[in-house]
Amino acid sequence: MIALIGLAAGIVLGFVVHPAVPLWLQPYLPIAIVAALDAMFGGLRARLDGIFDDKVFVVSFLSNTIIAALIVFFGDQLGVGSQLSTGVVVVLGIRIFSNVAAIRRKLFQA
Amino acid sequence: MSEPAEGRGPGSLLRPRLNKGQLIVAVLCAVLGFAVAAQVHSNDRDTKFATARQDGLVGILGDLSQRSDRLRADIRDLDDTRAGLERDTEGQAAVEDARRRAATYGMLAGTLPATGPGIELTINDPQGRVRSAALLDTLEELRDAGAEVIQVGDVRVGVNTYFADASGGVIADGQSLTRPYRFLAIGDPHTLATALNIPGGVLQSLRNSGADGVVGQQPKVTVQAVRSP
Repeated sequence: MIALIGLAAGIVLGFVVHPAVPLWLQPYLPIAIVAALDAMFGGLRARLDGIFDDKVFVVSFLSNTIIAALIVFFGDQLGVGSQLSTGVVVVLGIRIFSNVAAIRRKLFQA
Repeated sequence: MSEPAEGRGPGSLLRPRLNKGQLIVAVLCAVLGFAVAAQVHSNDRDTKFATARQDGLVGILGDLSQRSDRLRADIRDLDDTRAGLERDTEGQAAVEDARRRAATYGMLAGTLPATGPGIELTINDPQGRVRSAALLDTLEELRDAGAEVIQVGDVRVGVNTYFADASGGVIADGQSLTRPYRFLAIGDPHTLATALNIPGGVLQSLRNSGADGVVGQQPKVTVQAVRSP
């Protein structure tokens, strides 16, 4: 519940404040967001499975975002940034879908 | 989890619980929401360059420098013309320039005969299957490919040239065209021939409708027909 409130507060704050994304962050933020979404859905799934752990969530959230941004960074250095970002988005997308499928099974038994 | 009676159902998800871990989770979710909002907002604002990747930007830059080269060449030409006009006291250069321009415009408008490299396209249509639309397509394809001067049969093509179906064949600008239809086009011969020959293009559709088009690339095509001004 608090997590949901936090999420809503963050979105509202973002739209009210209209922050400008700093230039150095621009290539990495979208990927980091997708990675964070993956962590969030993973957390939700774990919560429904009853095995949710704050520490695991925090660590997975941070490591997901940092590793995703790092992969894109290295990709940019190696000249394959766009391909690697596509790869990261695909992998994370698959994970999000499988997590959502598990959540759906838990919630609706379907 | 510290609480042993941790709820398992979906309802317990919405029950407020407060401890340090939950607070950190909430803060992280807030950060995520904030980042999403910021990203969405920045995507709204500048879609053109900020989000383009390096190769896209290089392409845009290449286009721009090509265009500026072209414009610079134009400037040079115009400067030359101006210098010529200034040097010229008897108005000779002005007359020369005007004459040259009149010739160019006359050729484009179709009031003067023209000669240059180009192609000759002959459309054999023994069964009379080719309609005016097919000829118009051919003409448009030639124009797209950069043909500067075009003649169809004995008709010089201008901006308002039309094709119409008649009982005996096709009419262009009021004159009936005789088979085989013959197009003369001045422009880059290779480009024009390629444009006509592309798969699914003019020649293939002519072939599909039972006619047959032959393209000949020629170093010198003479267009004699003119339009009355």
